[in-house]
Amino acid sequence: MPAVEVLSVEKTYPNGTQALLPVNLTVREGEFITLLGPSGCGKSTLLKMVAGLLEPSDGRLLLWRKPVDQVESSGHRLSFVFQEATLMPWANVLANVRLPLDLAKVPKSTSEPRVRQALKMVGLERFEDNLPRQLSGGMQMRVSIARGLVTEPTLLLMDEPFGALDEITRNRLDSDLLDLWQANGLTVIFVTHSITEAVYLSNRVIVMAARPGRIVEEVIIDEPYPRTADFRVSQRFANYAKQLQDSLLRASGAQEDEALA
Amino acid sequence: MNQSAARVVYPLTVALVLIGLWQGLVVALEIPAFLVPSPARVAQTLVADAGLLFGALYNTLRITLFSFLAAVVVGVLIAATFVQSRVIETAFFPYAVLLQVTPIVAIAPLIIIWVKDPIASLVICATLVALFPIISNTTLGLRSVNPGLLAYFRMNRAGRMQLLFRLRVPSALPYFFGGLRISSGLALIGAVVAEFVAGTGGTGTGLAYQILQAGYQLNIPRMFAALVLITVAGVLLFVLMSALSRWALGGWHESETSHE
Repeated sequence: MPAVEVLSVEKTYPNGTQALLPVNLTVREGEFITLLGPSGCGKSTLLKMVAGLLEPSDGRLLLWRKPVDQVESSGHRLSFVFQEATLMPWANVLANVRLPLDLAKVPKSTSEPRVRQALKMVGLERFEDNLPRQLSGGMQMRVSIARGLVTEPTLLLMDEPFGALDEITRNRLDSDLLDLWQANGLTVIFVTHSITEAVYLSNRVIVMAARPGRIVEEVIIDEPYPRTADFRVSQRFANYAKQLQDSLLRASGAQEDEALA
Repeated sequence: MNQSAARVVYPLTVALVLIGLWQGLVVALEIPAFLVPSPARVAQTLVADAGLLFGALYNTLRITLFSFLAAVVVGVLIAATFVQSRVIETAFFPYAVLLQVTPIVAIAPLIIIWVKDPIASLVICATLVALFPIISNTTLGLRSVNPGLLAYFRMNRAGRMQLLFRLRVPSALPYFFGGLRISSGLALIGAVVAEFVAGTGGTGTGLAYQILQAGYQLNIPRMFAALVLITVAGVLLFVLMSALSRWALGGWHESETSHE
């Protein structure tokens, strides 16, 4: 069953800027999809439309065959993880992770065990009393992911979540994310501008290009999970990375030719 | 020496040196007490006139406290109204500014004439002085919400009340406490200024009245003693507000975390 169907969805801003030309995309249940492209290619815009944070100018978006605002009637739930951790600085880790449950007025007796479980999933069970500022950037991002997981989503949308982290931390979080994805049977749409991150994580990489934002190619990363650290330095990894890089270069090159013509 | 001890010891050293200099100069140059009294003389007066002066301090502080509380309540209500809609804020904010820029000495006589109860008239004057920092800081604070967090709350379909109490109020606290610190001092200044304007026609019991009286009688040591009380009261208010702010924001806000 398709989890997400994007049917000639496009986004044009009132000032005429074409953020995204009409795109089509189907994400199967349980798939890990990456949207890869340079700034301005509309990858975040597409993700936000899937999340219902932005209205498409045209086209249709279905989650489990339902319009985005009725997804809960299908028994599914989505969570969005932002580029920044966006935690409440005045609240400790526990309260931050509990926030979506508090907002949904879930009683504490029900929510606390779920919060503890989510914190355990991201390896922060010993930090529940800490304030965000006492944690490193990577740990703050883990809190943000725990907050995303605590609502037990089936679809996880991530907008360059590890973009601000150093490479070593990012690699570790990537690998932990894959574990979480597999353990929880999630469907993930992940936005990044890192070629290596896209190769390492995804079943399928959607290559996008800018001005105007559009999808140029799909690359399937045909590599079994769990993916080890060795995969990152393998020849197959390099081949995939090259394929993606060529695709990105072709897309931007084609555009420059257009500009010259 | 650790940081918190230094914060007390350094300024105290400055004070002792200055007081010592003052005492030395007054004695050495034989300056008469009706021009500049020595610190020792001021201290003597403080003790000798303690009943009079501390009674007056009590009255001034009472007015300060009432007007400070009134300013906080009214200011927060106005700020909360302002953030409900840009239209309200745009329409009324200039009048809040008007309130701020009108010198209190210019309108205090009117208020004292209009309001029968002398205490109430002084409280109103001082409230007007103390009000603006609360309005402007709280409004700014309630608007200074992290846009990412706001988006997150919206995405989770947070209601208006949830947005207010779980997001806007905590985000506003650092600004609000900044406003409190300024406003507490202004309430004291407002109380003293209003007492000055009310003069002998007013309640006649505050510190400002004592300063006026001492001036008429050329009792300069008592004038200085009253001045010292006002200053100390102002500093204590500031310290109290800072402690309150540290207690409320402890740890999470940059302004109140120790510099490690």
